[in-house]
Amino acid sequence: MGIAKKLGQLLATVLLVTLFSAFLLTLLPGDLADIIVPFGTDAQREQVREDLQLDAPFPVQYARWLGDFVRGDLGDFYNGPTSRRPVAETVKEALPKSLELMLWAQVIALVIAIPLGVMTAYKNGSKLDRFSGIAGFAMLAFPAFALGFVLQYFFGVRLGWLPTGGFVPASVSVSGHVKSMILPAITLAVAQIAIYMRLLRSDMIQTLQQDFILMAKAKGLSSRTVLFRHALRPSSLTLLTVAGLNIGTLIGGALVIEVVYNIPGMGLQMAKAIGGRQPIAFQSMVAIIAIFYVLVNFAVDLLYTVLDPRIRNASN
Amino acid sequence: MDLGPSMAVTVEAIEDQAPAGAGRKKLGAGAWLAIGWIVGLGVLAVIAPWIGVPDPTETFPEYARSGPSAAHWLGNDGLGRDLAARIIYGTRASYIVGFGAVAFGLLIGGFLGLVVGFFRGRVDAIITPLMTVLLAIPQFVLALALVTVLATPQRAGETINPSVRLGVVVLGLGLVSIPILGRITRATTMAWSEREFVLAARAMGAKQFRIMFREVLPNVVPAMLSIALLGVGIAIVAEGGLALFGAGVQLPTPSWGNIIATDKDQLARSPHIILITSMVIFLTVMALNYLGDVVVERFDVRESVL
Amino acid sequence: MSAPHVVDGPAPTGLPGAGPLLEVRDVRTQFSSPRGKVRAVDGVSFTLDRGKTLGIVGESGSGKSVLSRSIMGLLPGNAERTGQILFEGRDVSDLDPEARRALWGPEMAMVFQDPMTALNPVLKVGRQITESLRLHLDMDKAEARETAVELLRAVRIPEPESRINAYPHEMSGGMRQRVVIAVALACGPKLLFADEPTTALDVTVQAQVLDLLAEQQRQRYMAMILVTHDLGVVAGRADDIAVMYAGRVVEKAPTRTLFSGMRMPYTEALLSAIPKLADPSHTRLNAIGGRPPDLVNPPAGCAFAPRCPYAKERCHQEQPVLTETAPGSGHFFACHYPVGSPENAEVADQLEAKRLMSIAPPPPPLLQGEGPEGGEV
Ligand SMILES: Nc1ncnc2c1ncn2[C@@H]1O[C@H](COP(=O)(O)OP(=O)(O)OP(=O)(O)O)[C@@H](O)[C@H]1O
Ligand code: SF4
Ligand SMILES: [Mg+2]
Repeated sequence: MGIAKKLGQLLATVLLVTLFSAFLLTLLPGDLADIIVPFGTDAQREQVREDLQLDAPFPVQYARWLGDFVRGDLGDFYNGPTSRRPVAETVKEALPKSLELMLWAQVIALVIAIPLGVMTAYKNGSKLDRFSGIAGFAMLAFPAFALGFVLQYFFGVRLGWLPTGGFVPASVSVSGHVKSMILPAITLAVAQIAIYMRLLRSDMIQTLQQDFILMAKAKGLSSRTVLFRHALRPSSLTLLTVAGLNIGTLIGGALVIEVVYNIPGMGLQMAKAIGGRQPIAFQSMVAIIAIFYVLVNFAVDLLYTVLDPRIRNASN
Repeated sequence: MDLGPSMAVTVEAIEDQAPAGAGRKKLGAGAWLAIGWIVGLGVLAVIAPWIGVPDPTETFPEYARSGPSAAHWLGNDGLGRDLAARIIYGTRASYIVGFGAVAFGLLIGGFLGLVVGFFRGRVDAIITPLMTVLLAIPQFVLALALVTVLATPQRAGETINPSVRLGVVVLGLGLVSIPILGRITRATTMAWSEREFVLAARAMGAKQFRIMFREVLPNVVPAMLSIALLGVGIAIVAEGGLALFGAGVQLPTPSWGNIIATDKDQLARSPHIILITSMVIFLTVMALNYLGDVVVERFDVRESVL
Repeated sequence: MSAPHVVDGPAPTGLPGAGPLLEVRDVRTQFSSPRGKVRAVDGVSFTLDRGKTLGIVGESGSGKSVLSRSIMGLLPGNAERTGQILFEGRDVSDLDPEARRALWGPEMAMVFQDPMTALNPVLKVGRQITESLRLHLDMDKAEARETAVELLRAVRIPEPESRINAYPHEMSGGMRQRVVIAVALACGPKLLFADEPTTALDVTVQAQVLDLLAEQQRQRYMAMILVTHDLGVVAGRADDIAVMYAGRVVEKAPTRTLFSGMRMPYTEALLSAIPKLADPSHTRLNAIGGRPPDLVNPPAGCAFAPRCPYAKERCHQEQPVLTETAPGSGHFFACHYPVGSPENAEVADQLEAKRLMSIAPPPPPLLQGEGPEGGEV
């Protein structure tokens, strides 16, 4: 499939997603202005209604929201009737933190899961394999937020090695920053490790039975070369697909973990929007996340095309 | 230049061996343990009022935040409510959310998946793009958005009726699960619809819906069941996540999720609240996942479909 | 039967390891399986001289591949091997993995059966050739690349300079098999295993690939073990032929001898299974009825007995031993009632009659009277 067509699909999906999230707002019971500034005066409410063109029909509202959104205006976060802050500013601060958390979690997950997946496939049935199978099973069943609290308790409260929560910007203290990210990133990584390990293992077991693996062995290559050059490469494509599918889970997990560890990322901001009854801000953030999600999946698709010579050639 | 069939027969016995466990008729101890845990908790939650479990909303201020004691086996929560009672009664809400959401998702998603997988063509062209949009928003975010929107009180300070809120949580998580359950049902249905006996039934002119329900559906059920079991666990955990955002089951009705969310600030002082409740969720999800695996193994559901 | 057969003629002297290149003594390989031990190779011995070709022939499942892999040491984890393998006089049967890997490539190499699956789909063919060059021959990148191009040229791949950057899926089956051969030849092995190198290829390409192998073998003075289930493939190409059945060698002889005077009923059956272009296509299908025996519980007597047209009481009880027709003839066989023995005459006649019936088209009426006379000539 051509890149242009993929881009078109991407755009259509993003439009549909935002349309859908805008539509959700129309489902809100009662007057939106009442919800946003519950204790305001009538005049203030009127102001909000005017700002948001609440009396206009849905298509107009959506078009307006979309126009603003494209220009980077994500609406305002009302802290009471008179004080408000642009959501775009909040997102600008929050998004990088969420991204960093997810990035670290992915790195940790892959660094641990790849060698384990390869080794357990190679030593299929060994003690290591059986043990990591059970461990993976347990890791998958442990809810991320519960794990977050458990780790926070043991490493933060009991042992006191790491902060129990909060976010230290790298500009303030690099070591403080790293310390504040360790537990959240590990918490988020745990389930991913289990998923990747399980998947890579079963995929590698199949790959290892292929003729080309026997042939690679027959060349006298070391086990390590056979495993990592000849077997991991084809399997890494499967890994990539799953990583793409996983992004959704990862995003959901990151949001929850931000609340658990009190990291002011998108998750915490969304929680604030809910608590502060700010549907517009909430919708804009949902849209941002959905767009990010769609973009990542698009990137995974592209990467897949680049990595697999069979697909690459087919599309040329 | 290959030889004829009689020459080419290999000794196939070894390759033909079914994977270990596939043919086993009896459930193992692990499966029974898992079933026992899940059913036992459910039964306990139902009969709680008659076996002396305290009211989960009754507070014992002198016991607030205290750990396990003779009077309160699992200790008390931040307000002094009996933790065991809250967990046992919380099972009600958590099970309703878990099983209810998946049942809802399965009813709609499963039916759509079956129809689309069986008829393909035009039906597929309409439904699949819709599903794609639902899938384009991370599941948790979508559920959060749905619950927030559908359960927002009109004015600050007002609270939503707890059972309405519970219904909305079930609905939100159920809606979110539709595309996933639908996709899996669709893939499995497609695979089974290609089988000879289905093609034969079609060729013989049997009624399409009849074939779909009588020939295809029974074979699709194991895949649906295994993914549904995983789904129940996911939904129970998701409710916990929602609760952290204040969008879970409405207090004072306990759910496993809101027990943790309510007392998340007590972690340092009274860790037992969160640790014990987490352990209950963990064991339940593990039991569900294990049963899902058992179904996969016994009915030989292909992993690729999942 | 385990006595190694004496090499004819004077062995080249002065060379390191003068004497046979490969000597295999009583090799047995078993696999553990859920049903029990699978005796895939059950006591095989032979010797192979430098530059010579041994054809190993047998039905599917007779243990040809397992034998080759046992010799090479390329067995899976559930396999257990006994017996001795001497390569250039050195015992290589129980080398540690490191030492064994050092053999693979420069000493022995293998051409695999199916070129569609033998090459790694995500690595360029050039890389798949150069990696062993760099490992075993310590070449640098440029050198290895140049050598790889030469190898591709040697196996008759057109435009090797650009083909070296191709991925396997961009090549046809025949091309890929040439690449597989190039990979095997890369480090100049002294012994090449070709395990059904052409079964997966089109008929037209098969001969080309086999000729290529023969040519390379001659140029490199390389010994080859050519595995096939088709006697026709080894007929003009092997110096010796060993026929395998149920994990054992049941007949072995210099090629000419085997074709002119085969003794083993199984070999005879295999021969009649060679499709002849002249034959109507259905004739070869009923060459040997029945299935090969179960290798977990092999039958007590001759393993071929359940399918052998000449089988008698004794065959079901007593296992025939591999014996030489005449001392020094180099022709071994394992059979109680070999082809041409008086006990078989009656059955043989019936078989021949049947065969003729199935091949010959219904004779035209004019010639009907001549039939019997023609038979007497
Ligand atoms: N890894 C293994 N585990 C168990 N049994 C095996 C294994 N590999 C081979 N076998 C068995 O060993 C026997 C001999 O197999 P082998 O592959 O050597 O036959 P072959 O003569 O090469 O046949 P083909 O012409 O089909 O290649 C077969 O019965 C096979 O089932
Ligand atoms: S020993 Fe008997 S059964 Fe076996 S091949 Fe010879 S004649 Fe046939
Ligand atoms: Mg073979």
